[in-house]
Amino acid sequence: MPLNALVISCLAYAALMFAVAYAADRAAARGHVRWLDHPLVYTLSLSVYCSAWTFYGAVGYASRSGLEFLTIYLGPTIIFCGAWWGLRRLVRVARMHHVTSVADLISARFGKSNRLAAMVTLIAVIAATPYIALQLQSVRLSFEVFAMDPRGVVTADALGGTALWVAIGLAAFTILFGTRNLAADERHHGVVTAIAFEAVVKLAAFIALGIFVVWGLADGPVDMLARINRASTDPRIAEGWLLKPDRWTALILISAAAILTLPRMFQVLVVEAADEDRLHVAGWAFPAYLFAMSLFVLPIAVMGRELLPADANPDLYVLTLPAASGQNLLALLVFLGGFSAATSMVVVCAIAVATMVSNHWLVPAWLALRRIPVGEDTDDLRGFVLNARRFAILAIVAAGWVYHQASGGAAALAAMGLVAFSGMAQVLPAMLGGLLWRGANRKGAYAGIGLGFTLWIGLVFLPSVGIGGDLPVPQGMDAWTAAVALSLALNTLVFVGVSIFGFPDPVERFQGLSFVSAIEPLRHSRTASADDRAEPLLAMARRIWGPEAALRYFQTEARRQGKSGYLPDLTPDFLTGLERRLAGSIGSATAHAMIDRVAGGVALTVADLLQVADEAQRAKEETQRLEAAQAELTRTARQLHQANEKLTTLSVQKDAFLGQISHELRTPMTSVRAFSEILKDPDVSDPDRLRFAAIIHDEAGRLTRLLDDLLDLSVLESGQAQLNITVVNLHDLITRALEAASATRAERGFLIDRDLPSEHLGLITDPDRLLQVLINVISNARKYCDAVHPVLIIRVQRPQAGGAIIDIIDNGSGIDSGRQSLIFEKFARLNDPARAGGAGLGLAICKEIMVTLGGDIGYLPGQGGAAFRIVLPQKPAGGTG
Amino acid sequence: MPDRPLFLERASFRRRRLGDAARVLPVLAMMLMLVPVWWVPRSLSYAGGAVWVFTLWAGLIVAVRALHRALLRAETATIRASEDHAKITVHNAP
Repeated sequence: MPLNALVISCLAYAALMFAVAYAADRAAARGHVRWLDHPLVYTLSLSVYCSAWTFYGAVGYASRSGLEFLTIYLGPTIIFCGAWWGLRRLVRVARMHHVTSVADLISARFGKSNRLAAMVTLIAVIAATPYIALQLQSVRLSFEVFAMDPRGVVTADALGGTALWVAIGLAAFTILFGTRNLAADERHHGVVTAIAFEAVVKLAAFIALGIFVVWGLADGPVDMLARINRASTDPRIAEGWLLKPDRWTALILISAAAILTLPRMFQVLVVEAADEDRLHVAGWAFPAYLFAMSLFVLPIAVMGRELLPADANPDLYVLTLPAASGQNLLALLVFLGGFSAATSMVVVCAIAVATMVSNHWLVPAWLALRRIPVGEDTDDLRGFVLNARRFAILAIVAAGWVYHQASGGAAALAAMGLVAFSGMAQVLPAMLGGLLWRGANRKGAYAGIGLGFTLWIGLVFLPSVGIGGDLPVPQGMDAWTAAVALSLALNTLVFVGVSIFGFPDPVERFQGLSFVSAIEPLRHSRTASADDRAEPLLAMARRIWGPEAALRYFQTEARRQGKSGYLPDLTPDFLTGLERRLAGSIGSATAHAMIDRVAGGVALTVADLLQVADEAQRAKEETQRLEAAQAELTRTARQLHQANEKLTTLSVQKDAFLGQISHELRTPMTSVRAFSEILKDPDVSDPDRLRFAAIIHDEAGRLTRLLDDLLDLSVLESGQAQLNITVVNLHDLITRALEAASATRAERGFLIDRDLPSEHLGLITDPDRLLQVLINVISNARKYCDAVHPVLIIRVQRPQAGGAIIDIIDNGSGIDSGRQSLIFEKFARLNDPARAGGAGLGLAICKEIMVTLGGDIGYLPGQGGAAFRIVLPQKPAGGTG
Repeated sequence: MPDRPLFLERASFRRRRLGDAARVLPVLAMMLMLVPVWWVPRSLSYAGGAVWVFTLWAGLIVAVRALHRALLRAETATIRASEDHAKITVHNAP
């Protein structure tokens, strides 16, 4: 097959992958996640376990060591046999804590320690780099097979760049679809769907090849078994294929550990799982996938040995066998299958390791370097975290490429895979211990993982790259098995030993209880219901999730507590939920530290722990129903309390207003009476008469305006307002409002910040009424903004459901959170009457107008100044009523 | 805690025993994969071994699938039973 055709089909396939990922991301963004969430997609995405090592390496492995290659797939099968109680529980606990990676899981379990997570990340990076190099090498080798002319010479010089181009393409794909957003639940629909698609290609290619080999080259299964037996009469094969029980056991255990601890497997198995229910299907379907992938490995290995020259690389039998038999299309399909296997592994591995590197290395380091006081760090952390991830992805893929260039790609494929497996397996004792044993503690985890890691580096990793020799072991024992067994055994021993003699701190004991019993933990901070504390938390959440998402979450939480507005009470429930959602974006350790810094969390004491002793937890299940009822009551009580508080304040204000309005009515009345008295006097000169008449006219005008306002309000409130609905351009309305309001305190030079393109929206509404609202809000900003260089920001968004959202934000000192709920009430006026010069009806009228128009107006806290949000529906609710 | 009727116990009893089976299955799978290899490695290394491993593997997949279906059915049955129980309690309430 010509190399050009190969390159073109390869590029077309890559383009297809981009299209699939893009379509899935778009579907997810529109909320069409039903088929994206199908257990089958989940199961197929798990097949990222079958990397190029499986696709090419398994045949090579089988031709060298016979059935031993099966251990890599039997280990995961054992784990999935226990899916019902083991994996489901792992997924449930991890989802409960919004865990983002295996390092985050360990860190969250052992007292939210970032240093522990950083150490696990280090192991992951060291283990992943050669593994990624292995994938790049497999793609390069498979290209070379096609570039070889009949004399066995590589013809194309450009092949040296293959690995580089593949690395660049993969990094671009990963960055494009893996770092789209900083979602709190860390799912990547696009990537997962593309991986699932690639899984199908992989499987189809391998099975097609298998069928061709068994029924095309050999003469069916019986003949195949006979050929296997015939091959094993060769003494060299018989020796290599003889199963070694110690190696068999160690390999099964290591691959069982790998399915849980490899960063990419944890990513697809736990992080990308919406809930634990999909394991009902995956529990048998994933072992079935592995079964299908392994079924034809041995036949291909045997036929390769029989048919191909002795010096052919067994790792490439899957390609050379169909190519040598003239099956070009089959060879192309197999090539695409291998390409799928390599690329899906690199993409998921890069996402998983980059999340760890950014959450546990870069973000904590950056936060530690910039120790600035709370409230002043207003910069956008979200952008930094995303960029840190992109940088980490580039760095990891680049490291894999550098390793590939440096190693020269000589080592057999299988060796590198086993090195990575045994490295990540060092995390397993701490992970299992943490999930099953409440006594496990942080010091134990440090000691166990640290020792296991050191032994693995010295006994497995360095020998694999040619530094140092193998472990001296007794005759007849396998050196690799001995090194892995030794490191894991000492790791476990030290972990258990140190845990037994240590005493964990309260946070850790709390997390231990939560992980082992799979119950929701509560954050026991005794912060009182200080309302103003919620605002800095909102500001912090904005920095991480972006303004809209943060406001939405806070509003939902406040509504759940039975409060209106955007600021919930700082109950333990709310703080726990917030911290865990933040942990889903930046890791549990950082989220914990940030919330503590802002909310000033009170340190947990042993007394708090005693309150939630496990006996109490068992009793809790019985009283859960009671608690639900109580929560309902508490919510009602809080609503009543809030209403009562508001009523009291309003009653005081109403009294004050009655005095105020009498005064307002009396002052002009008095002057009208006094000046008309004077006018009666015939001696008044003409100029004076004119002047007095003008004063009387002005005062009467003031009275009329006041009465107009009151009338307007009562008409609006009674729901009898006449609306004049037309289509209008919002941009024109805002411009008119700004012009009309510019008369208010005209001496103040406001800097107006508008986003003109987004303003051009057609609206179906009453333009005069909406204009009235806009003028009122803008005039208020002009009146009350106390900044030296006043700035007015106007932003317009178009929500999904149509209509418009208009935010009007100034840079003044804003409104105290205690009074935010009062400003839309009648008669409310926050500043002294002398300054305001109105009766305090403006915002109340605005509120009524917006309700009449079917929309709403509200105060937006945490925007760095007074901010109002006007929400308009697509068209007014009640027609022109 | 009130006494629960017998039929509720029956549904949850079955679910619990199936849960036990789900716990035993991985241990059983591991034993079946490891013990024969320690015992007779030579006769399991070639064609006979391949037949043995793939038969065992297929058996395990079928067993897991059957177990998961049974567990799901048992879980629905338990939920239904406790719902019926709740209805009866409401009926009997004054």
